[in-house]
Amino acid sequence: MENIILRMENVRKEFPGVVAINNVHLNVYDGKIMALLGENGAGKSTLVKVMTGVYKRTSGDIYYKGEPVEFKGPKESQEAGIAIIHQELNLINELSIAENIFIGREFKNKFGRIDWKKTYIEAEKLLNEVGLNENPKEIVGALSIGKQQLVEIAKALSLNAKLIVLDEPTDALTDKETESLFKVMRKLREDGKSMVYISHRLEEIFEICDDVTILRDGEFIKEEKIENLTKDKMIELMVGRKLEEQFPKINHKFGKTIFQAVNLENKYLKDVSFGIKEGEILGIAGLMGAGRTELAKTIYGVYKLKYGKLILDDKEISINNPKDAINKKIAYVSEDRKKDGLILSLSVKENIHISALKNIEGKLGYLDRKKEKEDAQEYIDSMSIKTPSMNQKVKNLSGGNQQKVAIAKSLITNPKLLILDEPTRGVDVGAKKEIYDLINEYKKQGMSILMISSEIPEILGMSDRIIVMHEGRIAGELSIKEATQEKIMSLAVGEQVI
Amino acid sequence: MNKKNKELLMKYKSVIGLIVFSLIIAVLNDRFLTVSNILNVFKQTSINSVIAAGMTFIILTGGIDLSVGSTLALSGAIAASLLASGTPMIVAVISAILLGAFIGFLNGIIIAKGKVQPFIATLAMMTIIRGVTLIFTNGRPISTGDFSGAEIFSFIGSGKVFGIPFPIIITIVVFAIAYYILKNTSLGRYVYALGGNEEATKLSGINVMQVKYKAYAISGALAAVAGLIVTARLSSAQPQAGSGYELDAIAAVVLGGTSLAGGKGGVIGTIIGALIIGILNNALNLMDVTSYYQLLIKGIVILVAVLIDRDSE
Repeated sequence: MENIILRMENVRKEFPGVVAINNVHLNVYDGKIMALLGENGAGKSTLVKVMTGVYKRTSGDIYYKGEPVEFKGPKESQEAGIAIIHQELNLINELSIAENIFIGREFKNKFGRIDWKKTYIEAEKLLNEVGLNENPKEIVGALSIGKQQLVEIAKALSLNAKLIVLDEPTDALTDKETESLFKVMRKLREDGKSMVYISHRLEEIFEICDDVTILRDGEFIKEEKIENLTKDKMIELMVGRKLEEQFPKINHKFGKTIFQAVNLENKYLKDVSFGIKEGEILGIAGLMGAGRTELAKTIYGVYKLKYGKLILDDKEISINNPKDAINKKIAYVSEDRKKDGLILSLSVKENIHISALKNIEGKLGYLDRKKEKEDAQEYIDSMSIKTPSMNQKVKNLSGGNQQKVAIAKSLITNPKLLILDEPTRGVDVGAKKEIYDLINEYKKQGMSILMISSEIPEILGMSDRIIVMHEGRIAGELSIKEATQEKIMSLAVGEQVI
Repeated sequence: MNKKNKELLMKYKSVIGLIVFSLIIAVLNDRFLTVSNILNVFKQTSINSVIAAGMTFIILTGGIDLSVGSTLALSGAIAASLLASGTPMIVAVISAILLGAFIGFLNGIIIAKGKVQPFIATLAMMTIIRGVTLIFTNGRPISTGDFSGAEIFSFIGSGKVFGIPFPIIITIVVFAIAYYILKNTSLGRYVYALGGNEEATKLSGINVMQVKYKAYAISGALAAVAGLIVTARLSSAQPQAGSGYELDAIAAVVLGGTSLAGGKGGVIGTIIGALIIGILNNALNLMDVTSYYQLLIKGIVILVAVLIDRDSE
């Protein structure tokens, strides 16, 4: 029997109106690395937040070192020896490595002056432990993401962490950086530390993890030793259904090429060219920071073009701002509806109309209330937006319904080219399917859809053609027949497809 | 109390507050609830109300306009000097309002194009315009003079229509237009959208800069209207007129429930906020409270009202 450092049993977490996780189990073994797997929205991050006390669980038990625990917040769990390395790092860029490691716990002499000598010596020791060959006086902002992550781990070690949770740490790392991170993880494992490793990259799971826990739709699916699993088996357990069911494929004849981007170039893009036909869904895959959103926002007029041209309906068009884009029948649905997609303080009706008020403007600028209501109702019905009333503030809707409002807001401008940036991010599984059906419906009507997504199954399931971006360039184009998860990933990380 | 009643109560809490507040004062002082005194309160409130109507637009966008007091003074001075030189009244009035709108427009450009914080931009503008006013007037009051225009002009400040003082009529018209714009036009919708989420508004294809120009121009124009009322009432423009008025206007807007963060509120609340301040001033005067204590009490009332409002959110 292996020793268990942390055990979560029958954990349930409800938010108003939603069960985020239900009946979830997680065992973390002494000196082992446990993989935590699941699609976006499966409940991984909720589980971690319940573990560390950021969220208070609704029910269930957590045992740490054999004792039942009830952490009231991340500070308590940190003191108990649980550290989390987030994808977005919690370092202060302007401070040095040593200052970051010991922030809030500075070594002081009896007059309250910081003992810099000791600070640097201790920091040096920790950096050696994580294999980071940098001067502790170096400013954190000057380090690469990979090195910053090692600083975070050093900080965790200085806090005497026994259990380290790594949340998608390799997403933004190069292969080399990933390799050095794994080296550190193996060394920590030899030193008896336990880890939870969250990642989408299944190859990495096989390389570094001992056991795997799989979640799906907030439910616990399975805990298994890594040697008993294959990659296909893992995907099947994660997705829980065949891809075809989730993504009903529509096969129809495309129209003529409606939109072309030719040699687009600016701060974010390098020589990007592609075309899209009427009724076609062009998927854009790539890693975080590959320039996908920037491409969308360049076409949409948020970022300026340095070189290159945009062609719509065989005519070159110039777009200087989103207003131009909308007038030219190009619409964009943002990847982050709360940040720049919706106006949460306005109602469903007002949001749907905000880009198209011109259509209902009468004399003296008077807005035609009747038409406004009719239009809003039409979208609410046709997209089955669940809201108590069209006058409900959008901030009170669930993620899936907010996303539908964001899409409705674009559709009302009657676009020929619809750019969807992460159309199902933060949307629950049921609503996802509804959004896919809607996208297919617009495709059927002949709309051209540019779909950016980080979820490879979504890209594979929805697209007619896929382009993969890497560092601002198009790394490759794949027809849907030849596309596979591996091919997309290797293009995304900048490797050549063989 | 059932839920519906409770919602109704929440919706009209500021009106209810205003009525309860007035009743308390009426009980404490029998001179308060007379027609002449009430008209007097409205008249005295009109200047702050008109400025506050413009300020509501600004605060709804998430901005602030500290330059309204100075704009009031300069517009008044320009109107007075035009009248004194024999310019027809209508020309003087329109010139003053256009000047106010132009100052506001400049604020809008500095804020939107120059990307300067509204607080800093309008603080600077407040100082600049006050300086211009002092240079223009040489630091002395300007009389509107004896030409016929000046006589018609004084009607703006002290005339009556069917027994109702003209400043009150101006206030009602200003609020009706402001309400119409905010409720029924695209500009109004954009003002709320901008205050709710500027980035999302931009991405919705709205020219955010233009919305800011318009909002600040409206605020400047209404400050000028207030300047005309002040100048007409005294038949002369004072170089120090309007000092500190920006703060009373902001207080009225915030008391009326408009969020300083932007996106929430409206002009109906602002009227009520302005009336609460006006009634408070009036009541303290009626009760012979000395001006030092008046300030103290006014500050406390504003603070308490805003705290109550925050708790109920």
